[in-house]
Amino acid sequence: MSKKAFLSANEAAAYGVKLSRPHVVSAYPITPQTTLVEKIADFLANGEADFKYMMVESEHSAMASALGASMMGARTFTASSSQGLLYMCEMLSYVSGARFPIVMVDANRSIATPWNIFGDQRDAMAMRDSGWIMLYVESGQEALDTVIQAYKIAEDPEVMTPVMVNIDGFTLTHTYDMVEIPEQEEVDSFLPPYSTTNKMDMKNPKTLCMSVGPDFHTEGRFLQQKAFEAAKRKIVSVNDEYAKLTGRSYGGMIEEYRADDAEVVLVAVGSVAGTVRVVVDEMREAGKKVGLIKLRSFRPFPKEYFESARDKFKAVGVIDRSISFGFDGTVFSEVKSAMYGSSAKVANYIVGLGGRDIPKHQIETMFNKLFGIASGKNEAEVQFLGMRWE
Amino acid sequence: MNKPKWNKDYKAPSSWDEMFFGSSNGVGILPTPNSGFRTLHPEIDSKACIKCMMCWVFCPEGCIDKSGSYLEIDMDYCKGCGICAAECPKKCIIMVKDGDAE
Amino acid sequence: MAVNIKNLPDEELLYGAKTCQGCGVMLAARLALKVLGEKTCLATPACCFAATTTVYPQSSIFVNNAITAFPALASTLSGMAAAAEALGWDEDITILGIAGDGGTVDIGLQALSGAAERNENIIYICVDNEAYMNTGNQRSGVTSYKAWTTTTPTGSCSKGEKNRFKKSLFEIMAAHRVPYTATASVAYPKDLMEKVEKAKSIKGCKVIHVMTPCPTGWGYDPAYTVRVAKLAVECGLWYLAEYENNEFRFNFVPKEFKPVEEYLKLQRRFRHLDESDCREIEANRDIEWDRMRKRFA
Repeated sequence: MSKKAFLSANEAAAYGVKLSRPHVVSAYPITPQTTLVEKIADFLANGEADFKYMMVESEHSAMASALGASMMGARTFTASSSQGLLYMCEMLSYVSGARFPIVMVDANRSIATPWNIFGDQRDAMAMRDSGWIMLYVESGQEALDTVIQAYKIAEDPEVMTPVMVNIDGFTLTHTYDMVEIPEQEEVDSFLPPYSTTNKMDMKNPKTLCMSVGPDFHTEGRFLQQKAFEAAKRKIVSVNDEYAKLTGRSYGGMIEEYRADDAEVVLVAVGSVAGTVRVVVDEMREAGKKVGLIKLRSFRPFPKEYFESARDKFKAVGVIDRSISFGFDGTVFSEVKSAMYGSSAKVANYIVGLGGRDIPKHQIETMFNKLFGIASGKNEAEVQFLGMRWE
Repeated sequence: MNKPKWNKDYKAPSSWDEMFFGSSNGVGILPTPNSGFRTLHPEIDSKACIKCMMCWVFCPEGCIDKSGSYLEIDMDYCKGCGICAAECPKKCIIMVKDGDAE
Repeated sequence: MAVNIKNLPDEELLYGAKTCQGCGVMLAARLALKVLGEKTCLATPACCFAATTTVYPQSSIFVNNAITAFPALASTLSGMAAAAEALGWDEDITILGIAGDGGTVDIGLQALSGAAERNENIIYICVDNEAYMNTGNQRSGVTSYKAWTTTTPTGSCSKGEKNRFKKSLFEIMAAHRVPYTATASVAYPKDLMEKVEKAKSIKGCKVIHVMTPCPTGWGYDPAYTVRVAKLAVECGLWYLAEYENNEFRFNFVPKEFKPVEEYLKLQRRFRHLDESDCREIEANRDIEWDRMRKRFA
């Protein structure tokens, strides 16, 4: 009988890690990930879990230790945020190119300068080319469930790609909700032990993380890209399998909420999707045909979905909690590119940077702006909303 | 010669099935020799050799074979650095230009 | 725990690497693996060793091995050791790391400090050729005083490396209270191998700092690698010492130091030195030895 507890998303994710039975966990604390690694330490101290916990001296070492452990065939976990994620940046590519299925949690936080400990999505977005699968969660429950699913996706022989589970800093990591914690037996039946030949082995010695020159480099990168194609299928099938087990489904790569007959929709990544849901319900009550597209998988990007939804809506707005300076919001530029040739109007709303709240009325404003541009009104395509002055 | 062999028949992958996974490979694969490094090669005077093993210890390449009754050198992997000749206490190793007849 | 050279195994676990002729690093690594044997998992960072042994399709290493990022050797080894224990691997399997001086005392120092403090069960061998050789001989934190390197070139305004003293990795590791740390040289193979053997018998973080001359970077006939290494010790510019159980000891102290000229004049990187430079180098050497004698007493 699975139990319920009042947990923060960090604590929920820690339960997800414990239930996934890692062999080695390495971590270096950084706000707002700290309570996750502290909860993991609690599990060990109480005898609730048994794995090697490495309290390393930097984030770079955290990922390097995870790499070393994965090289031996161990299931590993690490977590970081913001500056720490950037510090371990070279190791992210090391892990993905060597195809080790490490799972990490990134507590999404802004990046310095100016120094800011609060939540936005700039940190992981800056790492979107690192070859990691990137999943975004909307709630503590989803954080717990996605960590478990992440191992199953990562360790699939057709995928063998590391997974980053993104949890909005403070908005999710430090807010509390009732979370159902599955039984260990349930998770064991869903997630088998990690098994691979891509590891050091006394009977079958291997060279790992070798050097490859111009002659064979491209073919290896092509295979990485192919693995992401397989990941698209696995993210959906793993979600469905998990839903059969627990009754909780997150849609796979994309979740449409009341979008079937929507005229305008907002694309949202992370916790803000929850706020959009509430506003959609309220506006629907008032007769407005609005909908939400929750983007759960950012890498692999659900290109096929946006291609197929190209002409489904009159206007598509994308909420971005990050920006690629000198160009548009990161999620927006990708959605727009996937919708190339679309008849819909598109708009980018950049909000919530550096931990600024995204209140309901701001979402309502976005929907109203979308109705405006759908009916021919002229507005700037990319807008920073809610600034203190114009 | 009790030394790892030059894999003369090594073939690079020619299809996806043969492609390596990730950045992983087997161990101990020598597709090319190192003989091209050298201009000189050592010649050991086996009669004067006292089997002190100094040359064997100091060879960075490990290409001196001590498994037989006299010391032999693996000419596929000797780079001709000359350390063996320099360290031999009996001076019974001489460095000879490659290609010179005996 | 004496090592008998005549009884060492025939088997070569490192063979056919594309290192330069007379490479000191390869000699040190080969001797270490003679002692440690095939029950070894080896990791190396970006360095000469990795770049010459492991470029696809070649693999000159005959045991499990991995390359890791330049600053990350000690932390990768820590992860390997933790996983080996978690997965229940045989306790007699050695987790071995070989890194150059750059990857150890400069960019790799943080990770090594962390691994030493956590007392990870690894053997870490620093092969010291006194520069970042893999990238073309740029100076490092252990480059010899007044040595020519590509980033401390000599000219009308410079006589080479300005730092008078090498970073003392040996003392840094002793300050971390590791169970065992030592200095060694490829010119003293029995001593080096005995130190590796001793390290293998101890659980915890063992660090061995080996001087490994580089003919290409130091500028001498490759046949003289062992001779140069020996002269360095004989004139006091390198030393053989151990730290174990909170005790320091020298393994070998020359009765009288040879004049430094014999060592320096063999190498092109010191070609520009004159009489006063050599005396200055000797004065620095004496300061170092004074300090070490007081410290290690």
